[in-house]
Amino acid sequence: MAGENVKRRFEYERFGPLIALAILFVISAVASPYFLQTQNLLNILRQVSYTGIIALGMTFVIISGGIDLSVGSMVALVGGVVILALNWLLSVFGEGGEAWAILFALIIGLLFGAGLGALNGLMVTIGKIAPFIATLGTMAIFRSMALYIGSAGVFRSESNLFPDLGMGRVLGIPNPVVVFISLAVIFAIILNKTRYGRYLCAVGSNPKVAMYSAIKVNLTRFISYVAVGITVGFSAVFLSARLNSMSSTNGGMNYELDAIAAVIIGGTPMTGGAGSILGTVIGAITLGIINNMLNMLGVSPYLQGTVKGVVIIGAVLIQRKRSQ
Amino acid sequence: MGEVLIETKGISKEFSGVRVLDNIDIGIERGEIFGIIGENGAGKSTLVKILSGIYTPTGGKIFFEDKEVEIKDPLHAKVIGISIIPQEFNLINELNVYENIFLGSEITRKGFLNTREMKKRTISLLEELKKSIDPEEKIERLSVAQKQMVEIAKAIAYDSKLLIMDEPTTVLTLNEIEILFDLMSSLKERGVTIIYISHKLKEVRNICDRVMVLRDGQMISVSQTGEVDEEEMAKRMVGRELSQIFPNKVSPSDEVIFEVENLTISGLLENISFSLHKGEILGFAGLVGAGRTELAEAIIGIRKKDSSKISIKGKPVEIKSPNDAVKNKIAYLSEDRQGSGILTSFDLIKNTTLISLPAYSKILINSKKEREKTKKYVDKFNIRAASLKTKLEFFSGGNQQKVSLAKSLDPEPEIFIFDEPTRGIDVNAKREIYRFMNELVKEGVSCILISSELEEIIGMCNRVVVMKEGRITGILEGEHINEEEIMLHATGLKGVA
Repeated sequence: MAGENVKRRFEYERFGPLIALAILFVISAVASPYFLQTQNLLNILRQVSYTGIIALGMTFVIISGGIDLSVGSMVALVGGVVILALNWLLSVFGEGGEAWAILFALIIGLLFGAGLGALNGLMVTIGKIAPFIATLGTMAIFRSMALYIGSAGVFRSESNLFPDLGMGRVLGIPNPVVVFISLAVIFAIILNKTRYGRYLCAVGSNPKVAMYSAIKVNLTRFISYVAVGITVGFSAVFLSARLNSMSSTNGGMNYELDAIAAVIIGGTPMTGGAGSILGTVIGAITLGIINNMLNMLGVSPYLQGTVKGVVIIGAVLIQRKRSQ
Repeated sequence: MGEVLIETKGISKEFSGVRVLDNIDIGIERGEIFGIIGENGAGKSTLVKILSGIYTPTGGKIFFEDKEVEIKDPLHAKVIGISIIPQEFNLINELNVYENIFLGSEITRKGFLNTREMKKRTISLLEELKKSIDPEEKIERLSVAQKQMVEIAKAIAYDSKLLIMDEPTTVLTLNEIEILFDLMSSLKERGVTIIYISHKLKEVRNICDRVMVLRDGQMISVSQTGEVDEEEMAKRMVGRELSQIFPNKVSPSDEVIFEVENLTISGLLENISFSLHKGEILGFAGLVGAGRTELAEAIIGIRKKDSSKISIKGKPVEIKSPNDAVKNKIAYLSEDRQGSGILTSFDLIKNTTLISLPAYSKILINSKKEREKTKKYVDKFNIRAASLKTKLEFFSGGNQQKVSLAKSLDPEPEIFIFDEPTRGIDVNAKREIYRFMNELVKEGVSCILISSELEEIIGMCNRVVVMKEGRITGILEGEHINEEEIMLHATGLKGVA
């Protein structure tokens, strides 16, 4: 009886963030003639892809009912380790093996990210520590490790080929954007079409029901933290490739905020149990356009945080109104 | 004719164009106990929610103490003197008993909480209910029946003029029900009006002055309870003659399919041993707190067992998690539907296939197969749903229970444990569930039925295990399965305790 109404509201929920993005897009196009230029649009996409990639994994963690505050620090630590590994691999493989060195460095980055994520996951599941607390702790630990290993300076790569990975393009699209979109497709399929995605929502919605339904609650949660670690691995590798370096002090600074913001603006509730990868992608792009517009309009960079904050709070308010 | 306390004129409620309550005119007198009966979805809860300020009616007027009122929200209802004891608990698990009872109306002295006074009043309230519950005990540590008593205490803590009770006795034992009825009588003498909603027609007949029958949102009749018997009430509820409620029992085979030996959890269960035959319905009776649910949870691997030997078809098995239980073809239908049975935020399809999902997916989920299977269950159990994509939070209790059944059934279990399967659902849905259990045993599935409704145990089971405080006090067969024998064993007056 109430079904049809519910369905309509559900559709609205799904398309709400998209409509908001469309409106923002039109406003931006009117406000600035440069906005619609391909180069500018590609720039926005590239800029958002580093946090956008992490936001994909973050979506999983938030759906499971958790949060990961450590991703920003993790970017610095993983990026630093990737560069140290790359420099070492260069000396192992020699002149002709640079591409191989980069490939192995990439794999190391992903594995290391997964390992750090696994550490968070173990604390949350086996250690039964609240995700906020556990990852607040590792946030401090990872940053401090990066600072220590990098002597609070910048990790510099000795490779001449590495920047090509970060700066390169496929069919005119910047590499990080290609990675972002590809991962988004993969994550969306996992979330919507596989058993794991279903279990993730079930665990976030009601862990007790999930347990009674023979779902491995802890394993499901654990995997979501590993997933966000892997996305951090991708982000760290492409970010350090672009700069051919990674700062131990500033690398990945505040990435956790942008990643969480993208997830929330995309309509995934902080309470978990449901979520949308498309929404997260839209959320990330929305944040990017806002930044871009504020820059073009010459708004003070100090005020940009205010605008971002207002958008996040506004998005949540609208979602709450809708769900009532 | 006494003085009318609350009167409704033409109260109606629509949800997206569907009329769920149609022109209800009632006048309830001061000090009256007014029963409302009807099937699930008849509109009982909707009416109650309107009277307690949770819903706003689409049409009609409410008069309270001769003044027209618009009940804005539950707090407003409380202020004018309407309290409700809801069907689903409304207690905060993390707080203790007295904090819950005085939640929102704490007693203060000079701006600080007066805990001593609140504790004192809590004790006297619970004394009135003849319950000794520590006022400082956390709600989460209370049994279901104790929680219900706290809800009742919470409602009578305010000087309510109208007390609405929505199925208060479903989780109470016979003894506790008696205490509740005594309390209702004394409230009545004090001039408190009570609206009493129940599926238990016998209770309604015993305690209520008048009874209203609702069907499909329409008021069918209001009569003095002396004028209608239970059969007549049931007839009016469903709108047709009721056939036999329990199906004929099926004789099980001699083959033992499932055997538990010496299952012990220290402090909870002691040396539980029993066997289950193929095609049998084995009842588990006992008072609340006898450890029956705990036993079921131990069997399916949710509770750690200190010692046990469990065998299926003669082969010993280890069940350490619900996953092991599913692998060994054991299904469990939880007594706590919303807490551990179904996901209210998931739709019908996703709930149905939640346990059996591996059967629908290699890498990707075959959503077509899911949909088709769900449709079969909708037909089989007569599940009333707007669509297969409707979230379960919009389902009535009976329909939720049917989905819960479908979900447990989908992995094709050979042993099916039902824990209070008919709690809080109407006669018709009950009958459907009994018929379904009967079909299951005909197909050779073996069932365990944990129930606090003796009628159900007696009507359905081939043998009955009676438990008291974590031990088995007797296993009854044949003519020994009767109310008296069960109660004697359950209270420990008979059998080995």
